[in-house]
Amino acid sequence: MTTERTSGRRKQAFAAAAAVAALLTTAACGGGSDDDGGKGSSTGAAGFDAANNKVAQASLAKKGGTLKFGAAQDADSWDTTRGYYGMMWNFARYYSRQLVTNKTEPGAAGAEITPDLATATAKVTDDGKTYTYTLRDGVTWEDGKPITSQDVKYGIERVWAQDVLAGGPTYLKDVLDPKGAYKGPYKDTSKDKLGLKAIETPDAKTIVFKLPQANSDFEEMLALVSASPVRQDMDTKSKYGLKPFSSGPYKFESYAPGKDLTLVRNDKWAQASDPIRKAYPDKITIQFFSDANQLDQRLLNGDLDLDLNQTGMSPQGRTTALKEHKGNLDNPVSGYVRYAVFPQSVAPFDNIECRKAVIYGADHVSLQTARGGPVAGGDIGTNMLPPSVPGAEGQKYDPYEISGANKGGNEAKAKEALKACGQPNGFKTTIAVRNNKPVEVATAQSLQASLKKVGITAEIDQYDGSQTAGIIGSPSNVKKKGYGIIIMGWGPDFPSVQGFGLPLWSSKYIAESGNNNYALIKDKAIDGLFDSYVTTLDDAGKTKISTEINHKVMEGAYYLPFVFERFINWRSDNLANVYTTDGYSGQYDFVNLGLKNPKK
Amino acid sequence: MLAYLIRRFFAAAVMLVVIVMVVFGIFFLIPKWAGVDIALSFVGKQADPAAVEGVREKLGLGDPIYAQVWEFFKGIFAGRTYTGGGDTIHCAAPCFGYSFRSEQAVWPVLTDRFPVTLALALGAAVLWLIMGVSAGVLSALKRGSLWDRGAMVVALSGVSLPIYFTGMLALSIFVYGLDLFDGQFHPLEEGFSGWFGGMILPWVTLAFLYAAMYARITRATMLEILGEDYIRTARAKGLKETTVIGKHAMRSTMTPLLTMLGMDLGALIGGAILTETAFSLPGLGQAVLNAIKNQDLPIILGVTLVTSVAVLVANLVVDILYAVIDPRVRLT
Repeated sequence: MTTERTSGRRKQAFAAAAAVAALLTTAACGGGSDDDGGKGSSTGAAGFDAANNKVAQASLAKKGGTLKFGAAQDADSWDTTRGYYGMMWNFARYYSRQLVTNKTEPGAAGAEITPDLATATAKVTDDGKTYTYTLRDGVTWEDGKPITSQDVKYGIERVWAQDVLAGGPTYLKDVLDPKGAYKGPYKDTSKDKLGLKAIETPDAKTIVFKLPQANSDFEEMLALVSASPVRQDMDTKSKYGLKPFSSGPYKFESYAPGKDLTLVRNDKWAQASDPIRKAYPDKITIQFFSDANQLDQRLLNGDLDLDLNQTGMSPQGRTTALKEHKGNLDNPVSGYVRYAVFPQSVAPFDNIECRKAVIYGADHVSLQTARGGPVAGGDIGTNMLPPSVPGAEGQKYDPYEISGANKGGNEAKAKEALKACGQPNGFKTTIAVRNNKPVEVATAQSLQASLKKVGITAEIDQYDGSQTAGIIGSPSNVKKKGYGIIIMGWGPDFPSVQGFGLPLWSSKYIAESGNNNYALIKDKAIDGLFDSYVTTLDDAGKTKISTEINHKVMEGAYYLPFVFERFINWRSDNLANVYTTDGYSGQYDFVNLGLKNPKK
Repeated sequence: MLAYLIRRFFAAAVMLVVIVMVVFGIFFLIPKWAGVDIALSFVGKQADPAAVEGVREKLGLGDPIYAQVWEFFKGIFAGRTYTGGGDTIHCAAPCFGYSFRSEQAVWPVLTDRFPVTLALALGAAVLWLIMGVSAGVLSALKRGSLWDRGAMVVALSGVSLPIYFTGMLALSIFVYGLDLFDGQFHPLEEGFSGWFGGMILPWVTLAFLYAAMYARITRATMLEILGEDYIRTARAKGLKETTVIGKHAMRSTMTPLLTMLGMDLGALIGGAILTETAFSLPGLGQAVLNAIKNQDLPIILGVTLVTSVAVLVANLVVDILYAVIDPRVRLT
């Protein structure tokens, strides 16, 4: 031990001297080597795209070791009720269980529902208005006490306490209590704080959901982590996210927001009670970085196993990785569509022909390039339904011939549309774009340049991106500022047309603040299709309606899609049982990742 | 001296109050004038009206700005309680605000992050003073020599090269290339050698930038002072050159250096954002950068205050040290 320390000090003293000398030398020369020795790809990488929609190296996963995540962004909250980031939902399965969850399978199968705490998927009765579940035997909290149906109910009730636990999805609240009669468990006057009428718990093992109106995606909503159980005596309200009480195979050991997080095994969790989770590693750590380049460098160097954020490597890291470590990369579709949207309250976008003029006039290749090109940016988007959502047709549905012969822009058709809109010489408008998203600013500039060719003069207004909800989420502000074009992106909360498009396209979701229906679509046909969708219980019928909704949206020319987004994500040589899943928008399925060499 | 100190402390306190008010205005008043509801930035993707109202109630955003400022000041001395929606959070004194993003009081975040930043700033300061002052003195004494020109070229490089460049360069050479360091921060509690090893590169990188500036200032000041009459007198008296330089010339050279050191240390203690970012050091700089990314206003406000206090205190200390270094300065 002593010898090691002495040697370490000598090494550091030498290193310090060398650091000074080399810094001085290289600074004077203005150069330096960027060679990392090729450590990342020396052995064991599964190959490019080897884990994209398929499992890579499943048989090599061994029990034990520390799985190391790195991240440039912490979760919005680790509280299962409050988290909304996709990576948080994915990661939360380590320490939380739900009645049902996404299958632990690659690709589209990963978006299907499978029982978790429940013995089976729901017994649906009463024309889709009653869902009944029975809990498995042997499911426990981290202190060994059994998880009861009352715990599940209480966990779901917390969604109603939006004034304390803001941030998470509110689908369950909207579906179970559309009139907002229940005020949440913290204002619940009943003795057991379980006053929500729409959920019944006749015994500790049974839970019954009674929906006022059927919703065919209800089970998808129950698979969100916001439907996780929470034990009343362990509920620390707004501070719960600092140390959630575990129902899964791992529990919180330590968490310093923005610094690090460590999960260790929950020894009260029993493998026999959990058909989903394999729980390979002994420990899971996250180290947070404030510089994405630094994180990428650590990944390339083999110090970390994967990026928690799963939003793709930074341009610098990506270039190196593609050149030198391609076997460690996957290029999945993220589930996001990146687009421009035209608020109808701003003239002349109240005229469909003017909207079409922008769609035709845009150079779609240039927009794709601004997003990062076909590999890092994605395939040219031709419609508004992400390829991972049932009912999507991908580039096969291309009503404005965006990806075909006219992908560089169709000047003739744009001018024709301008004439039809009564603006033959073009018009002036403003493009609103978040100032904290350089890629979005680049797409705005690209759009501005291509529209100029058809006579549309667009000014770019870079607004404070952190204030999105109050700036472009306020229809009156949008109108006041004259934002004719807004650059945005959207991904599904769960893979269905409801989970993706309801807030964007339903007239019921137009709000005075925090609005997401930026185009202000008030189309009775679209609203009607959403109404039919929620009462259609068969998958084929749901898929057909999804396709129809997408067609209606595109026919209204409210959007100019840029790309069906793709990412370049990194997996270390040591990672095994790796696969991307549509259940978490093309991210790696965290919960069953293992290590080939646990001692590394 | 006492009156001087009291005056300085009073001025510092007034300055601090002004800073708090200006920062408050920037974060809470200007968005209000621009028609932006700050509460909206604290809620998620689907802004539930109850969520927005809850945030407004807890933060007291509906209160007049002067009441909010007053509550903030009161919290520093008496602590503060945030209530809303059936949830009560107590922020113990000294309460510098409460982050509703990360659900933690600002003061513990500051005290947790501060030692890292302090260690970075002090360690780098020692290095840059040794490197910069020695290089500057030697250059001045050997004016026009190869050493002088070489040192000034290096100094120019140090001033010109941004820290995120030298930081990345240092990492790619010593961590990813030569594998001499692991490039990670290790808390002091886990052992001195690990901590020291993790701090060497940040110290050297930061010191490289500042040493360059100090070398140039030292050289210029020293050259000017070496031409002064009292130096000629000292030499004429037959004093040894080391005494002339070390005792007489250095003392005068130290005055501008000390002014710079006070300002630089003060600013760095507020967070060496670029260095901490490049080397992933969990200090105040990293905290404020994360806070800016997450629009975490209370943390930004807290770090801004720490920076202001550090600059004020550092300047106060420098003013007092003037008298020690230069007897010509008389504090009345």
